[in-house]
Amino acid sequence: MEPLEQLHARLLSAFPGAEISIVNNPGPAAQHSLLLPAALAREIAFFLRDDPALRLDYCSNVTGIDWLKAGHIEVVYHLYSMALKHGPVIIRLRTANRTDAVTLPSLTPVWRACEFQEREVFDLYGVVFDGHPDLRRILMWDEFKDHPMRKDYIEPDDYEWEPTPHGAIHDKAKAHYPAAVTPAEGAAKP
Amino acid sequence: MIASDISPLASRLSSGAHTRAVTDPFHGDLLEVSMGPHHPSTHGVFRMQVTLDGETIVKLKPVFGYLHRNHEKLGESTSYLGSMPYTDRLDYLNSMTNNWAYALAVEQLAGQPVPERAEYLRVILAELTRLLNHTCLAGFLLQDCGCSGTPLMYAFREREKILDLFEALSGSRMMCNFQRFGGCRTDASPEWLAAAKQLTDGYGAFLDEYERLITGNEILMARTQGVGALKPDLAISAGITGPMLRATGVDYDLRKVDGYGFYPRFEFRVPLGDHGDTYDRYMIRVLEMRESIKIIQQAFATLPAGPVMDPKAKLRGFRPKPGEAYGRIEGPRGEIGFYLVSDGTPNPYRYRVRPPSFVNLTLLEDLCLGHTVADAVIILGSIDIVLGEVDR
Amino acid sequence: MSDFATSLPAGISEVDRTELRRQGILLTSLEEFYNWGRSNSVWPLQFGLACCAIEMIATSMARYDIARFGSEVFRPSPRQADLLIVSGTVTKKMAPQVVRLWNQMPEPKYCIAMGACAISGGPFKQGYNVLKGIDRFIPVDIYIPGCPPRPEALLHGLMALQEKIRGQKLTGPAAPRHLQPDATCDYSIPEFGAHDLEPTKNPTVFQPPVIVRKE
Repeated sequence: MEPLEQLHARLLSAFPGAEISIVNNPGPAAQHSLLLPAALAREIAFFLRDDPALRLDYCSNVTGIDWLKAGHIEVVYHLYSMALKHGPVIIRLRTANRTDAVTLPSLTPVWRACEFQEREVFDLYGVVFDGHPDLRRILMWDEFKDHPMRKDYIEPDDYEWEPTPHGAIHDKAKAHYPAAVTPAEGAAKP
Repeated sequence: MIASDISPLASRLSSGAHTRAVTDPFHGDLLEVSMGPHHPSTHGVFRMQVTLDGETIVKLKPVFGYLHRNHEKLGESTSYLGSMPYTDRLDYLNSMTNNWAYALAVEQLAGQPVPERAEYLRVILAELTRLLNHTCLAGFLLQDCGCSGTPLMYAFREREKILDLFEALSGSRMMCNFQRFGGCRTDASPEWLAAAKQLTDGYGAFLDEYERLITGNEILMARTQGVGALKPDLAISAGITGPMLRATGVDYDLRKVDGYGFYPRFEFRVPLGDHGDTYDRYMIRVLEMRESIKIIQQAFATLPAGPVMDPKAKLRGFRPKPGEAYGRIEGPRGEIGFYLVSDGTPNPYRYRVRPPSFVNLTLLEDLCLGHTVADAVIILGSIDIVLGEVDR
Repeated sequence: MSDFATSLPAGISEVDRTELRRQGILLTSLEEFYNWGRSNSVWPLQFGLACCAIEMIATSMARYDIARFGSEVFRPSPRQADLLIVSGTVTKKMAPQVVRLWNQMPEPKYCIAMGACAISGGPFKQGYNVLKGIDRFIPVDIYIPGCPPRPEALLHGLMALQEKIRGQKLTGPAAPRHLQPDATCDYSIPEFGAHDLEPTKNPTVFQPPVIVRKE
């Protein structure tokens, strides 16, 4: 497959003025990725899928990453080509912030494999995918309000009965004990 | 009702879906049935919200999450090695391949080499896992067809033999927790290798016996041929992987494409289907088992001596440099991948599992439309899902 | 056997009974006979949740052969089942369904919590969607630890349950639920809330001992 720099240059010539940049991966895996502008993401995705030299017809993995410090949520797509047997090309989309501007274009019309995985990102991260055919919660129940995979999610506190707490559970269980405790002998289950 | 009502997505995709417009004025009201989460043939706590016209499915919405046990959140709050036992419980029939996929992803993330003997052991264990999974699938599929008892008994008889091997090696029947970053936890003893070789050599005879019972069976063919046929271009677009993809005739096996481990050193064929129907999905698995036997036998013949763990591998205080990696292998159900983002701390910043059976379910509705409820059960069985992996 | 001796009529000791049995005369009480019949035909519900379900299936297969204990008849319908084996992680999304299945089972009914997850949440305890033990909503008779418990452990749990059934009194305050006219067999089903289940536990069922610890 062509190097990522060459693909980047080709994308820039096909979409003049688009803010496409290479996100460097400093680790030994060296799987560098392309950061796409949200507005043009679907057109670029169609280009990646249909370009004869790329033919990235297979979207393997869709996932969200919550960058709490940077203040945005990223959605990462891992693309491969089944026709030409190469890959991966990794593309990323970023939301403007983590609260109200969390809409990104859905890539389900390009690769149907995104259908459930984008629903999962919506459920767990709260990213709204514009143009998704069936955007509902998928893993949690419909009445659920939070987005639990976000880094600032506060889990429900049901550690009231921990007979043998240790580690992180001990810290959570402490709040329910009448007196200051050490993880001592556990009471038997009734 | 028109076809576009049934699947809004189908009209948008060029390849189309197997939909059937219901225009018959004699049909009565549609019936909604909720199959699952407690249903004897949904392979766990999976739920299908089915809309029926008579006995024909006109709409099917899968409902997930009944086994969502927060695997990814837990993975982000524990160390890299701490997630290894959790991967066992992901796809609880195939803990060895899950371990390998995760170890591979972390090894890519940290640039960790693996000794030769460990790679051979991994191949042997992964192929044994494939035998185990496909055998169980054949049993469960026949159970779904209404052949209650006998095939599943045969399948579990063989499964127990493989589990005994796993237990002898790792100490646990199902939850092996065997791979480490940079090798395997323990070495296999000569006695273990002899026992494993004996089992592999005898496995072909079991398959012959099983196929004599089942493969040419007229009822099985009537129930499965032409049921849930899948077109290759739709399968590729939907990200279908594993035997389900190869049953449609697409030649995409990561053992050949990525050539991870030492698979390029072994000679084996990738069986391909023609019709993409349920029967092909069953046959592909039987043929894959025969190839797996060949791979294991070759691995035993050329197993090198040496350590099974890289001596420089760091087990305690393991902190990969900042970066990310996506590692994937060909699991028995399809492409199982792990996507890891490291920020230099002992815990991964992002820990993501790419579950094959979850993505393979994308086309469940398309496959089932126009078929009867009884066929939906077989189609679901032939997709081969495990809920621990679907919901994570 | 000591349990049964107490249910024998006054004046007949266990020694007498053994002697009579040797002569071919079986002496029993209605209670013993009734419990003996019940304990040897415990039909479980065919209900798998997670990893443990695979071991449950393995238990019912030829190698472990649960049929030896009269429990091979896995019923797909809760209406025909006596035993609910909670075999795996109960998520919060699944918990209302499990309670509903339990309510649909007719008395006398028993519950086995199989595996660490069903007991306390197990390795997934810290998950936001994991119920920390099914005993928060339904009464559990037998706990089988393990992750997953081996088939032998499940068989042992079943035998422990049979022993419990054989020891049950048919009259008096210690009688099982189905013989007490005012005992409920209906347990409240939790609802899905905005952040958690509502309520998060059933206080009539879940009464753990208060842990007071001092330094």
